[in-house]
Amino acid sequence: MKLLAVASKGGHWIELQRITRSLEKEFEVVYCSTHSGYKEMADLNNRYYNISDFSRWNAWRILSGYVEMLKIIRSEKPDVLITTGAAPGLTALMAAKTLGIRTIWIDTIASSRRLSASGRIAMHFADRTYTQWKELSGNKKVVYAGTIFG
Amino acid sequence: MIFVTTGTQVPFDRLVMIMDKFASVTGEEVIIQAFNGKYKVKKAKVVQFISPDEFDEMFQKARLIVAHAGIGTIVTALEKEKPLIVFPRLAKYGEHRNNHQVDTAVKMRQLNYVYVADTEEELFQLLSDANLHPLAKIGRDASRDLIDSVRQFIIGI
Repeated sequence: MKLLAVASKGGHWIELQRITRSLEKEFEVVYCSTHSGYKEMADLNNRYYNISDFSRWNAWRILSGYVEMLKIIRSEKPDVLITTGAAPGLTALMAAKTLGIRTIWIDTIASSRRLSASGRIAMHFADRTYTQWKELSGNKKVVYAGTIFG
Repeated sequence: MIFVTTGTQVPFDRLVMIMDKFASVTGEEVIIQAFNGKYKVKKAKVVQFISPDEFDEMFQKARLIVAHAGIGTIVTALEKEKPLIVFPRLAKYGEHRNNHQVDTAVKMRQLNYVYVADTEEELFQLLSDANLHPLAKIGRDASRDLIDSVRQFIIGI
């Protein structure tokens, strides 16, 4: 099976890697993030796409980000899309849904009071949504199973 | 060496200014990763854009890390067993969209992962504390249960 793993640069990317790195033994993992330097990272041996970055502050770029993700998903044909956010992750999740790909949203551990703004949208579309704070789970829609800290 | 990191999203002049001030009273080297700020740094050394591997190296060399309350920095400090003081970004100064960094700092202090300073005074107090030490050590991966849950879900598709 093939996973397309998507996250913004920085913390979201580090959270993603702490989850997907150990899945690389079992599944093919292809990465997308928003830092061109990640491609050269010493411990990244997988295929990597640099995608455009945006937040709600420059929301007009969401549409081009969405089209960009549609292209990547069409050519990679993953079985599952997994993302830790933020806005580019949500856009990727929407693009995957459009193409009938299953999706997993893992909300950032930085959102401890309530799901992140992107997560609150993603939970309605994702096939599985995780929170990293037990008190934010409690229904079948949002699952707690542990944290990226280990 | 003290490595100060402010992330890559929005400038964080408040922290840069305090750490520059500290650099002028300490004998220790202070290196600040920051960009696009309005404040002109006088004493500390500034790096704007560094590659992920260079960032790692800087982190490795540092005795102490001072940073915004970003998850990337917190995780890296815990992985590398470095003492970390976090200084949360505040929405009221336009340093972030909301105050989630304050929440993160509170939670991380409760877990005893980091030192937290909310004001210049608190930060200076911690910086002059000779007993700062790494508070916890974590491995490379998320918790077994989280990874297993994700794995089971994928296999079930």
